[in-house]
Amino acid sequence: MNKIKRTNDFVIRFSNVNGSGSASANNLFAKAIFRLGIPVSPKNIFPSNIQGLPTWYEVRVNESGFLGRRGGIDIAVAVNGQTLYSDYQDVLPGGYFLFDSTKALPEKFQRDDINVIGIPLTSLCNETVSNPKLRQLLKNIIYVGALSFLLDLDFSVLTDSINLQFKKKPKLAEPNILALETGYGYARDHYPDVCRLSVKKSNRLGSEIMMDGNSAFALGAIFAGATVAGWYPITPSTSVIEAFERYANAYRVEEDTGRKKVAIIQAEDELAAMGIVIGASWNGARAFTATSGPGISLMSELLGLAYFAEIPVVLVDVQRTGPSTGMPTRTQQSDLLACAYASHGDTKNILLFPCDPKECFTLGADAFDLAERLQTPIIVMSDLDLGMNDHISAPMEWDDRRNYDRGKVLDADGLEQMKEKWGRYLDVDGDGVCYRTIPGSHPTKGAYFTRGTSHNQYAAYTEESSEYEANMKRLLVKWETARSLIPAPKIKIRDTEHKIGLIFYGTSTHSTYEAVSRFSQNGVELNSMRVRAFPFQDEVIKFIDQHEILFVIEQNRDGQLRTLLLNECGIAPDKLQPILNIDGLPITANFITDSIRSSHAITSLELFKNQATTGGKS
Amino acid sequence: MSSTRPNFRHPKQPKNDIGYTRTDYEGAVSTLCAGCGHDSTTNAIIQACFELNLEPHKVVKMSGIGCSSKTPAYFLSKSHGFNTVHGRMPSIATGANMANRDLLYIGISGDGDTASIGMGQFAHALRRNLNLNYVCMNNGCYGLTKGQDSATADRGSAGKKGIPNPYESIDLCELAIELGASFVARGFSGDKQQLVPLLKSAMSHNGLAFVDVISPCVTFNNTSSSTKSYQYVREHIEATNTFDFVPLQQEILTHYEEGTSQEVVMHDGSIIHLHKADSGKDVTNRLKAVNNLETEKEKGRLLTGILYINPEIEETHDIINSTLRPLNSLTREDLCPGSTVLDKINAAMR
Repeated sequence: MNKIKRTNDFVIRFSNVNGSGSASANNLFAKAIFRLGIPVSPKNIFPSNIQGLPTWYEVRVNESGFLGRRGGIDIAVAVNGQTLYSDYQDVLPGGYFLFDSTKALPEKFQRDDINVIGIPLTSLCNETVSNPKLRQLLKNIIYVGALSFLLDLDFSVLTDSINLQFKKKPKLAEPNILALETGYGYARDHYPDVCRLSVKKSNRLGSEIMMDGNSAFALGAIFAGATVAGWYPITPSTSVIEAFERYANAYRVEEDTGRKKVAIIQAEDELAAMGIVIGASWNGARAFTATSGPGISLMSELLGLAYFAEIPVVLVDVQRTGPSTGMPTRTQQSDLLACAYASHGDTKNILLFPCDPKECFTLGADAFDLAERLQTPIIVMSDLDLGMNDHISAPMEWDDRRNYDRGKVLDADGLEQMKEKWGRYLDVDGDGVCYRTIPGSHPTKGAYFTRGTSHNQYAAYTEESSEYEANMKRLLVKWETARSLIPAPKIKIRDTEHKIGLIFYGTSTHSTYEAVSRFSQNGVELNSMRVRAFPFQDEVIKFIDQHEILFVIEQNRDGQLRTLLLNECGIAPDKLQPILNIDGLPITANFITDSIRSSHAITSLELFKNQATTGGKS
Repeated sequence: MSSTRPNFRHPKQPKNDIGYTRTDYEGAVSTLCAGCGHDSTTNAIIQACFELNLEPHKVVKMSGIGCSSKTPAYFLSKSHGFNTVHGRMPSIATGANMANRDLLYIGISGDGDTASIGMGQFAHALRRNLNLNYVCMNNGCYGLTKGQDSATADRGSAGKKGIPNPYESIDLCELAIELGASFVARGFSGDKQQLVPLLKSAMSHNGLAFVDVISPCVTFNNTSSSTKSYQYVREHIEATNTFDFVPLQQEILTHYEEGTSQEVVMHDGSIIHLHKADSGKDVTNRLKAVNNLETEKEKGRLLTGILYINPEIEETHDIINSTLRPLNSLTREDLCPGSTVLDKINAAMR
């Protein structure tokens, strides 16, 4: 029989029941690959449920460093009866199907093009583990042990990880290691020379780290000096605040008093969460909130206030599959339009698009500087894939010489030295950004009345058309100023004839680069631009103008970045071809490759012949 | 009021202990209707701040949307103010208070702003016991949109349109007590003698002090069929007790006979003397406080005064154990762990 034979290049998918403790076993496996120096990318595909429903953990192992989803399953570890048959069907021809053989496979499992590996996990577990409480957990560890043999994965890396994990409770390490050995032994005795997939220590990774984007963003907030967080629980953003609290407990406690240099308020809803951020920022603290699509809908009301009254706001939107409650535990990039133009009236908000944990940290920290410099909401557009999954990333960096840019704030001395009359909305520098004051700073100067109603340059209420109009137009001057401060796109020119350009952002990045590489191997060079912020800079427009045809690669139905580009840059719609993944799972390199190759827009170019992908879309 | 206020002030206006005159606590000229209850309430706030020797710039004014929420423009022009969004004052006040615990926060709201659109935020600010003086100027109607009934309008009460309100009314004070408020009072804009000390007590309270001020709308809800008219309120008012508010460091001059008054010591050391002689209502017990309100309501009376007080309940900052320093005063040195720590965090992610 045909057997897929590859080293350090395969996709393995674990199928489990959620709430059964599989996460720690699956993490143990992925972390072991990482510690062997091999690029690895785990994706947790889970239900909106606490216990009993199917959950998958898909791990991409790839020596070349492609970290997006590839598509297709080389080896399945199927321990969920509910999905056993579909898991069986999903394995690529020549692939491997590991299942709990305590119960035999039913009649209909009749494929002859895959390799079936039965490990009696339940009975092995019952034989070796006497504590019934531990059985459920250790059953999962047994298959990791079996994989260690099947994939030739260095056993000591697993035991080292276990010992590290239970450093404080070494007694718990023993049964885990026993479970690993049990699985390893069974596979060695029954399936020698079956599996041709293997894992070999590599030097591909050096200083890289493996972490989730939500924790990285939270750390960015800690380093940037955020002191107030208002929030409301919502998947997949909740772990941003949980991480922020964890890091605050570690790094924000006064030694002498035990009191915290942070205020984290769980609000009654997202309206209040945003209200807390606005109140705190208005009063001179750095504040932020984290939410997802449904929260954005509620926060839109107060985002308009922050835009119009010009109050700094940092918001991270960990996007999930909409609309409405949608698929709360699946990923998407579908809040761009809702965020860019959040709130009624003429409103525009600045968006930042991180693509990995390091950028979640960096852009997260930068967001606080930008919010105060520009006195407006900054929305960091993360998503479930980036926020909740572990990613390999360059390490986070912080320059100790970096000062916080608190923007244009007049303190008591500044107010004292002013000769002209101060106006809260008076554009003295011509950049559309005015000077603000913080309550309590001066006994007689700098007090003003902040409002969401129309105001003149001195913050007084006005219904004078000319004053309203001047203010709205000044906000556009500020919008222009923003373009020069926000992160520039990452442009890679491989084809100097500029035939085809790819445009993408956030978590569509890794799979797109893999698709680019595949085309390159077949002699077709594609140029690429990773957009990192909205509004779009001149470079973005220039890149589009340079190319004959462009593909905008996104994870939403309606091509939201494309819409923004068309709307803001005045581009002919036909020039921007959408490539849209909307299945709620991270976009795959196969999908992008196939979409470009089969596009009607480029058939005339006759560029792609004899291209092959590795398996299906998902 | 469309009239302008003369600039002339008596050259020897009295000054308070920190050298400010009452004028220093005033604001812009009101644009509300002549005779609006809110203007009297505004004046009571000015008087309370003056008498409490507050530094105007250490006070922050917050409000929602509606006629009442316009009033922060009409007092304390040397204070920062924030006229927010309809029903969202409590959350924005929460954020502001988290940023700087050292300032005094006065939140102005109305019955529409509090009892309808902002009900959720009202309830949760109470639960958190935010250190905020929450003043609800309650007139039973939406004045700014021309007189629709609000959720505090009594059933059967009718405003200018003459149609009796068919719905049950919400008693914000009762609700506040049930939601765990630490200070609940009710005043009447027409009774300055009671309202000023009520507001002073509220401002000295550490935690959420809710003051429901019945503040008639002269234009839309001052009819003979309304239960929020000047006349109706005057005829049906009942007080829990009379009381004296003695700020910290002020000599107690009055002698109270034992058993006739109850002393409540506020967090800052100020003392409220509640005189039991008048009606003998116990306002330090939650259950009795609610009973007091219901008993008077049954008799068709509107109970005013301090309705419930408990200075022992922790305010938000104490609950979350935040630093005593204002968070907005902390610098990079206080807040940023630095690159060495980040290196360690990176190492732990390998």
